[in-house]
Amino acid sequence: MTTTLPNATNPWLNQAATIVGIKSESPGIVTYDIVIDSNDVASGYLFRPGQFNMIYLPGIGEAAISISGAPCSAGGPGLGRGTSETPERSGDPCSLSIVHTIREAGNVTQALGKLNVGARVGLRGPFGSSWPVQECIGKDVILVAGGIGMAPLRPVVYEILRNREQYGNVTLLLGARSADGLLYGDEIAEWQASIDVQQTVDRSSDDWNGHVGVVTALLERMPIPRPNDTLLMTCGPEVMMWYAIKAALDRGMNEQSAWVSLERNMNCAIGLCGHCQLGPEFLCKDGPVFRYDRVASILRVEGL
Amino acid sequence: MAQPNRDNVADSVPPPKWPARFLPTAGLQSLIDVLIADDRLVIGPTIEQQAIVYDEMTSVNDLPRGWTDVQAPGVYRLEKRDDDAYFGYVVGPHSWKQFLFPPLTIVATADRVSADEAWDMQTPNEPPPRYAFLGVRACELAAIAVQDRVFLEGPYIDPVYQARRNAAFIIAVNCTQAASTCFCTSMNTGPKCTAGFDLALTEIDDGFLIECGSDAGDAILQQLETNDADHRHHQRATSAQQQAVDQISKTLDTDGIRGLLLGNLKHAQWDEVGNRCLSCTNCTMVCPTCFCSTVKEVADLSGDHVDRERQWDSCFNVDFSYMNGGVVRNSVGNRYRQWLTHKLGSWHDQFGQSGCVGCGRCITWCPPGIDLTEEVAAIRKTDGRQPADSEIES
Repeated sequence: MTTTLPNATNPWLNQAATIVGIKSESPGIVTYDIVIDSNDVASGYLFRPGQFNMIYLPGIGEAAISISGAPCSAGGPGLGRGTSETPERSGDPCSLSIVHTIREAGNVTQALGKLNVGARVGLRGPFGSSWPVQECIGKDVILVAGGIGMAPLRPVVYEILRNREQYGNVTLLLGARSADGLLYGDEIAEWQASIDVQQTVDRSSDDWNGHVGVVTALLERMPIPRPNDTLLMTCGPEVMMWYAIKAALDRGMNEQSAWVSLERNMNCAIGLCGHCQLGPEFLCKDGPVFRYDRVASILRVEGL
Repeated sequence: MAQPNRDNVADSVPPPKWPARFLPTAGLQSLIDVLIADDRLVIGPTIEQQAIVYDEMTSVNDLPRGWTDVQAPGVYRLEKRDDDAYFGYVVGPHSWKQFLFPPLTIVATADRVSADEAWDMQTPNEPPPRYAFLGVRACELAAIAVQDRVFLEGPYIDPVYQARRNAAFIIAVNCTQAASTCFCTSMNTGPKCTAGFDLALTEIDDGFLIECGSDAGDAILQQLETNDADHRHHQRATSAQQQAVDQISKTLDTDGIRGLLLGNLKHAQWDEVGNRCLSCTNCTMVCPTCFCSTVKEVADLSGDHVDRERQWDSCFNVDFSYMNGGVVRNSVGNRYRQWLTHKLGSWHDQFGQSGCVGCGRCITWCPPGIDLTEEVAAIRKTDGRQPADSEIES
């Protein structure tokens, strides 16, 4: 199910917005806090973890970026409103910012990287399906994030931390190519108080004292006491997600308990341009979050 | 707007609300005149560059009277008929989708007043053209219904399509012959027009049997000088329509076709057809249901005014699936597979019906003459599905 900006009767209409905060997370990865200029629209903006916006730079284009923020502004549990059943508000009573952590990849994200606080952009959204946070209540949760894949999973962490007692064992496995690719290091220390966070890098460096190896190795070693009551959510390079799921299945979990977030060329975000199709699925409206069994067979076909 | 009958099964048609009339041949011009007087832009078949295409017209003299088309894989020719029928041909490289889903259209704009000010983001608000489509065939009515489902019935409605579709007046024409590339009977979309039109014509010796399908059609019909349609008129019309059925020679076996194609994604036929296919995108351009597009930024010289232009695109274009430094569908075979498995297979998952209406254009306009009915037959012949391969089918 998707939610749209209120009063957006024309799905092509961009909302004027402003960048109110910029934080460099690691080389080539930046977090932007964006506020929609219209207060009515901004205060009515709702999203579910896993959804994305189209960030628009007039004259350059749009880019599909997952929302990486929280019920409140960038970070912090316990300040949100509503229950876990309702879509989250992106901003706290003081800030209506919508948060995106973005890796520079193409024209739009590179141009975005040159902007300063106060720059004017456009925004359409939110679009897409969401992580099954509701289904995790009473269950154990494993989050497996690879590199920038941590960004769409951070709203899940925030949601869980907001009502921590409702969930069982919660483990976040975070991997990156090297230590400077591990996101949100300053928050992870806080998260460790409530959930188990394990990090690993593919390539060690002088400033790294932790695990070295692919993140799926952590999954193979961690305890999974009740595999039938455990949900796994993973986001990162497709091959990483595939191996993470394989490891989970080997540990006794099933395909109906694993969720992935997929990516394809996205242009319109409203299911009309055809670019994002993967088999029968439009990633912009049927995804990007899928339960694994739905996409397992099409993911195995090369060049589909 | 006439409500399309998407199932288009002949035996589910209720008795007509408005009785059929007979319009003498000379009355055809008055039909066009009445439409123009109703502030309509009449679009109809006309000959351009040795093909019958759809273009603006004001006179019966614009119609390809006395001409017919001969079609085969990779072949399209016009020939003179030995009568002077106005509609004695089938479909050409154009379809009506270019008027409802324009090849180039502005979907949004952004204007900057000054460097500090926010961009003024807008969507276009111009009234749509008031088209009258003259000569819409049954397969084309079905194609319009297919695109209605894409553009009007998903979670997001395209306002450009919606406005043009609501304003369009449709005069269907029942086919009285078939090309060798037609296979509407296999797709249950024709050749008879049963619903989705405001008026429908069947050309008989001295005029047209004219059926009415909507109040809007009746309003136009009332302004024409018509006679009662008697038993002879109906009989000649039925006989003419039957000729179209009899002439259909091509079939597509659609039995379990979705499962067949989606269960054979690794079949050798994809690479085989990939060796013949030029990835030229002709098929997707002439196909009346293909809807892929791309929105591009077009700024003026000052950079302060930007148009978001939506253009037709095609899954056969290499960059269509470009992502993160690479192309997902990097071989012609992969791209052909996407097109065919979508059109005949996953379209069912997405829209609850086939994406193909059996018009045969993709066969005619394919330079190497690839015939999708034969490609499906080849896969069916060496169906590689094992019992364990049934995952994607369910």
